[in-house]
Amino acid sequence: MEQISLMPKEQHERLQQRQQADVAAIWDILDAVKDPEIPALSIWDLGVLRDVSVAQERVRITITPTYSGCPAMDAIRADIETALLDAGIDRVEVKTQLAPAWSSEWMSASGQEKLRNYGIAPPQDGENDDEGLAPLANVRCPHCGSHNSHCISEFGSTACKALFRCDDCSEPFDYFKRI
Amino acid sequence: MSEQQLKQATLAYAVRLGDDALVLGHRISEWVSYGPFLEEDIAYGNVALDYIGRARMLYSYAAELSGEGKSEDDFAYTRNEREFSNLLINELPKGDFAYSQVRQLLVDVYASLFLTQLLQSKDATLAAIAAKAIKETRYHLRRSRDWVLRLGDGTEESHRRTQVALDSLWGYSHEMFELDALEQQLADAGIGVDVSALRESWHAKVSEILTEATLVVPEDGWKVRGGREGYHTENLGHLLTDLQFVHRSYPGCQW
Repeated sequence: MEQISLMPKEQHERLQQRQQADVAAIWDILDAVKDPEIPALSIWDLGVLRDVSVAQERVRITITPTYSGCPAMDAIRADIETALLDAGIDRVEVKTQLAPAWSSEWMSASGQEKLRNYGIAPPQDGENDDEGLAPLANVRCPHCGSHNSHCISEFGSTACKALFRCDDCSEPFDYFKRI
Repeated sequence: MSEQQLKQATLAYAVRLGDDALVLGHRISEWVSYGPFLEEDIAYGNVALDYIGRARMLYSYAAELSGEGKSEDDFAYTRNEREFSNLLINELPKGDFAYSQVRQLLVDVYASLFLTQLLQSKDATLAAIAAKAIKETRYHLRRSRDWVLRLGDGTEESHRRTQVALDSLWGYSHEMFELDALEQQLADAGIGVDVSALRESWHAKVSEILTEATLVVPEDGWKVRGGREGYHTENLGHLLTDLQFVHRSYPGCQW
């Protein structure tokens, strides 16, 4: 049976932006830049990469931090410059943009799948509570697929994740919060 | 107010909000490796990072407004105690776990109200920073609320310590709602927040949580103030000595 795509609007807009870009090659080069904290994900998958433009022979890359104090941002900036330099592009400016604030809805569908395979429950595997905050239970376990789980700590290995434990297979796992 | 004056006022505002974030972020970071258990230790580290990230955004904006080629580091590392304008509650030593969580609750409820207003700022950068920070603050608040409930309504000892912490912190809460001339100007211009208008909602929300935690909401008695004018408790000097040591010993050092 044919599946109907349920891609969120934000993701669709990002994809369109990329497909219509006249600097497609640069977007492709940047696929090699990974989040240093989650090497399974590229900055495109994560939604941190916002825009690529070229003006007066300078390449300008716009990125948005996931969380205010995300320590990965400096490393990401350096990795972008290195990746472009390796491709022979040396006039690069990396700009950080705060608005609109990063949203987990920007994470690509393949990014969510990669996260799950990496052992981290992606944002879509849990439902936020009535106040719009990350759930304290019933996130799908990336190891066994059970929804029978509960939150052990609001903050996991990084600010963007919460720590959960599966009550069926007993394995702990990180949940990438929906914000 | 002329455009230039408004710019200067906005710069000073960004610096004081940056000071609040940096000083509290540093205090919270002092829990790292001292948390009561691993998950809490990590949670503290994350909350501290959120605050330090907030300080970086605010100081960077101040540096941009100054137009003097300054950077965020100039604000964080090369000013003295009298030049810091953070609210006093942020600089108090971390105390025991109950003390830190009660402080966090008082500050988190305040921040959630404050940032909700700052979202409406006519200054696009301040509004963007607020949009980022409010998402984080809501998580901070869920955690501090949860802990105050557990500690207040916990054992005899945890209840006692939480009440002691509350009584000793309450006098520092009043300063959060003082509106000085600078903030009045910015509130009138639609850039800053009228903090005096937040007091009632804050008191109601905090009282609700404290009562649920079986704690006694303190009477408004003594008050301590002066942080916005640079009059600090003796604790800030010690904190800055620690925070600024490397930069002051090896100015401009990079690695």
